[in-house]
Amino acid sequence: MLTHIRPALVLLACFTVLTGVIYPVLVTGLARSIFPHQAGGSLVGGANGELVGSELLGQTFAEARYFAGRPSATGPAPYNGAASGATNQGPLNPALHTAVTERIAALRAANPEMKGEIPADLATASGSGLDPHISPEAARFQAPRVAAARGWTTERVLVRVEMHVEPRTFGILGEPRVNVLRLNQDLDAQR
Amino acid sequence: MTGIAIVQCAVYLAVLIGLSVPLGRFMARVLEGERTWLHALLGPLERLMYRAAGVDPQAEMRWSAYAGALLVFNVAGLLVVYALQRAQEALLLNPDGLAAVAPDLALNTAISFASNTNWQAYSGETTLSYAVQMLGLTVQNFVSAATGIAVLVALIRGLTRRQSPGVGNFWADLTRSTLYILLPLSLVLAMVLVALGVVQTFDGAATVTTLEGGTQTIALGPAASQVAIKQLGTNGGGFFGVNSAHPFENPTPISNFIECLAILLIPAGLCHTFGKMVKDVRQGWALLAAMTAVFVGLLAVCVWAELAGNPVLTALGVDATPGNLEGKELRFGAVSSALWATATTAASNGSVNAMHDSFTPLGGLVPMWLMQLGEVIFGGVGSGLYGMLVFAVIAVFIAGLMVGRTPEYLGKKIEAFEMKMAALVVLLPPFVVLLGTAIAVRADAGVAAIANPGAHGFSEVLYAYSSAGNNNGSAFGGLGVNTPFYNLTLGLAMLLARYGVIVPVLALAGSLAMKKQIPPGAGTLPTHTPLFIALLIGTVVLVGALTFVPALALGPVAEHLQLIRP
Repeated sequence: MLTHIRPALVLLACFTVLTGVIYPVLVTGLARSIFPHQAGGSLVGGANGELVGSELLGQTFAEARYFAGRPSATGPAPYNGAASGATNQGPLNPALHTAVTERIAALRAANPEMKGEIPADLATASGSGLDPHISPEAARFQAPRVAAARGWTTERVLVRVEMHVEPRTFGILGEPRVNVLRLNQDLDAQR
Repeated sequence: MTGIAIVQCAVYLAVLIGLSVPLGRFMARVLEGERTWLHALLGPLERLMYRAAGVDPQAEMRWSAYAGALLVFNVAGLLVVYALQRAQEALLLNPDGLAAVAPDLALNTAISFASNTNWQAYSGETTLSYAVQMLGLTVQNFVSAATGIAVLVALIRGLTRRQSPGVGNFWADLTRSTLYILLPLSLVLAMVLVALGVVQTFDGAATVTTLEGGTQTIALGPAASQVAIKQLGTNGGGFFGVNSAHPFENPTPISNFIECLAILLIPAGLCHTFGKMVKDVRQGWALLAAMTAVFVGLLAVCVWAELAGNPVLTALGVDATPGNLEGKELRFGAVSSALWATATTAASNGSVNAMHDSFTPLGGLVPMWLMQLGEVIFGGVGSGLYGMLVFAVIAVFIAGLMVGRTPEYLGKKIEAFEMKMAALVVLLPPFVVLLGTAIAVRADAGVAAIANPGAHGFSEVLYAYSSAGNNNGSAFGGLGVNTPFYNLTLGLAMLLARYGVIVPVLALAGSLAMKKQIPPGAGTLPTHTPLFIALLIGTVVLVGALTFVPALALGPVAEHLQLIRP
């Protein structure tokens, strides 16, 4: 065993330098020079150039004039970008039943025009608590409310929604979706 | 929906198997010490490392010396990770000023990363500094995977060598696996992921003012470099708390496809490496076929269960079309999440892109049972294939019993010692899993951590010990595992499952290497035929089913029956 100690320690030191320092520093250096926007969190600016969020992360939208994202389970407040998290509720958990019942009641109250089934993504909490997307159905569901709050026609809002629908990649990967922050920024940009 | 699911899964498997062939051949050349195009660049570095360490890469080790070197190296790594966590407050690269990690949590995390498990009782962005993530965790991600490859190569040498006392040189196998396989692949993957949006920076958290005027703090960090190796090295430990469900670790359906591919890439490729090293590529294809067949069957169950959704929510008026979306990211949906869950538990990866705790009962049963099969359906880097080779030994033994002949595998007679070692390898992890679960559900400290009531709560505990006891690392995340009870018992489970298997595998390698190679005769069972593939699948599935069906009946099966007949 003693004969193994020197190679073990020396090689561990070598690998620490190589994979623990050089590798991440090299990736960081390359990333910053080739893809600075992505490497830094895909942060987006507002009309005055100040940072308003990341195009990859959702944020809280409580006002009626904005499309709301999915329920978020991060603590202590929803959409906490410093502590991702999920509910981890099992399918039969009474807490899930209660939470979904309350969400449905709130969605019905906020969107009285919509009578059909509740889009599943608006009734359930996301995996990260930072999901930036909602489904096209969820966006259409909220369109009348957003239109009313902005004094627009529903059609005008729906036109913007359709422009932001991203289809499945190559027709097979992932799900059709709408980026909530980008859609809301777009609405604000319309005058 | 179903059509798209089938196409997506078929494309995934086609790309995976297509890429595994050239990668497998390349890895065989590296592990046999041949020159590759990378040697011009990294060869001098390799030789420099040997010289500094005082290692002769040609020096053959007996199996016991090989195991000794491996254990000393792994213990050293474990101690370094522990020390780094305890001292992180005093170290550099801690821009958010995180405090020292508690001793039980630090020990659990150190074992977890040294053993290639990457069980995470901590939450990345709020517990560990950049220095610990890089110098501790990322390094172990590389060398624990390389350790798995080293053990596999030793076992393959045992099968191919004739009356040889040595099984290779651990230091050379470790160094070559890291330098020529894991490091270049990770570098390429990390850059691809950054291009797709994965963050990579040493800056601290960013603060923004949201559209509604609120403040959002956005945790950043050198994630891409860690994500690349955690996917490739079947480690699975995410940079952020929710792992690859976090948009900064896995921003798009394309990044998801590539990361999911990276989970199984090296384990699949190693089947061809094996085929090339035993000079019969059909042997590698046979093992890959057995793995793929089990994978496809269980994948179909998981995708179907998640697409079927949760009838409780449907009854409340929720649209059932997209399937079960609780704990899932919308950009992935039910199908890509189920595919990932199956891949990450078939391999002993354990990264997640959705919360397994919120899966439907049968959707959650699939990942749990894949771990309980012993992580041999692709399995961990190196460890999956050495586990599968042990099952192959058992399969030829069973076949030998049926016809009354001495069993042999690849020209090596399988005798009492080999069967003892194989039985140890196959029985130790289930023993750890079932005993751990039994203790936890009877202990107050074990039950107190359960988040979901009823049968699902039992599933949470069973999943935790299945994960630790097979070095997977994924979790039913609701279970509050950051307690001394779970940190210590799961830490022990990870240690036993990793090193309690590696040592008998190396003993098996040493014993096989000493044997003569006997030419195949009329009574030899060919081990590349569909018959053998079926026999191998039968052995794996039967052992897994007989051991775990009673426990599964108490958890996911009971929950499923409650769900469909409320």
